[in-house]
Amino acid sequence: MTSRTPKLATPAICVEHLTVVRGRIRAVDDVSFELDAGTLVGLLGPSGCGKTTLMRSLVGTQVVSSGTVTLLGEPAGSSGLRDRVGYVTQVPSVYGDLTVRENLSYFAVILGSSSDAVERVLADVDLGHHAGTIVGRLSGGERARVSLATALLGSPSLLVLDEPTVGLDPLLRRSLWALFRQLAASGTTLLVSSHVMDEADRCERLLLMRDGQVLADTTPEGLLSSTATEDFESAFVALIEGDAPKSGGGILGDDEEGQ
Amino acid sequence: MSWRRTRATAGRVLRQLRHDPRTVALLVAVPAVLMGLLAWILHGRDHDFDTFGPQLLGIFPLIVMFLVTSVATLRERTGGTLERLLTMPMGKADFVFGYAVAFGLAAIVQALVVSGLCFGPYGMTVLGAAWLVVVVAVLDALLGTALGLSVSALATTEFQAVQFMPAFILPQLLLCGIIVPRAELPTVLHWISYLLPMSYAVDATQQLSMHAAVTTQFVVDVIVVAGFLVASLALGATTLRRRTP
Repeated sequence: MTSRTPKLATPAICVEHLTVVRGRIRAVDDVSFELDAGTLVGLLGPSGCGKTTLMRSLVGTQVVSSGTVTLLGEPAGSSGLRDRVGYVTQVPSVYGDLTVRENLSYFAVILGSSSDAVERVLADVDLGHHAGTIVGRLSGGERARVSLATALLGSPSLLVLDEPTVGLDPLLRRSLWALFRQLAASGTTLLVSSHVMDEADRCERLLLMRDGQVLADTTPEGLLSSTATEDFESAFVALIEGDAPKSGGGILGDDEEGQ
Repeated sequence: MSWRRTRATAGRVLRQLRHDPRTVALLVAVPAVLMGLLAWILHGRDHDFDTFGPQLLGIFPLIVMFLVTSVATLRERTGGTLERLLTMPMGKADFVFGYAVAFGLAAIVQALVVSGLCFGPYGMTVLGAAWLVVVVAVLDALLGTALGLSVSALATTEFQAVQFMPAFILPQLLLCGIIVPRAELPTVLHWISYLLPMSYAVDATQQLSMHAAVTTQFVVDVIVVAGFLVASLALGATTLRRRTP
């Protein structure tokens, strides 16, 4: 894994008063935040809260209404960022009628990555044994990993991952989070979205979103202590309700917290 | 624009075709069978096949390529792969020319097989050079590709995309001079026919069937078709958006 250590002075992501209006909905509503390079950041919030729109604004595929987005010191979407920012959409964006290796080899040429990049990312996402399989014949989770592998090809400085671990088995989920931490340790900034609050635990920093707004910009420990809760689901509920009930666990069936 | 990325894109499109042998078979078989059917229909009617054959030899590949390209590009748009490519260091021209090169190669194979059958077993003859008929057929197929690329921007579903074929191609077919010679069309329709690329594509093959030597009109026709081809490729490139609402 190549590490590019960006200048500490420049934040990896700087968002100022970003607003995106889609139709009649303010999908992103006056959002501002800054993220340091080399951080593993979780973007958490329920489905439809604006996570994807925010991520699309970061990578420069979204028409924004107002505000500025600066990545690695350059305006989002500028051509200088195209081989430094990796983006993985929620629905896997790879060619279903090509094999895994054919997909990766094609994107590797487009990104101008080295010839060993394909084998490296196949190992990263544990798909080496499926390299010759047509992507359309893979399971949903495997397809998502092909899409993730594509984003890793260019060893980007910033990775924007939209729900990369949804529907994966727990073992694989754990190994992907380990990979994300390893990437962050080598200087890559990762913004990873999820609607599963428990994934908050795996991040160094958290952005919690609801109805297009960032409710909290904190750390996992900070979130739990400020809301006086013991699990992230309750913490999120507490944030929304504006107080910190100790009753937790009312929404998630599988956590044994609560009185 | 980078030749490396254009070539990779063309290679990728051809690889997709290779994984779909039925589409490849249809690309070649459909115009081949249609031309055979036409030859059979016109069998024994003087030189009718020599008149209509070359004209339709240019039109069938155009229609087939229009459909294939508009659906293929629409799949890239709706499947997210186009958006992904445009977040990468990929030029819009790389994308468009990649498709043009891939389908151009497919069109050459298609034109060689179909005209081989026409000039061979189907017994078609033209006064001009047979290889020029092949050149025009390839050019027409490429025009179909280019039109399909730009028109796919107007479609949001595959149902819409396939309906653009009758919407964009059939009016041209009616006005291109096959049914009624263009000079005999009502005045307004005659003017309109000048604006449609298929009129020139069909006229080019007519020139080849009627004249042994290359006529000025033929050269003009080919230049106009090539112009439409370049213009619709450029238009296709402008319909690719890095930012969408």
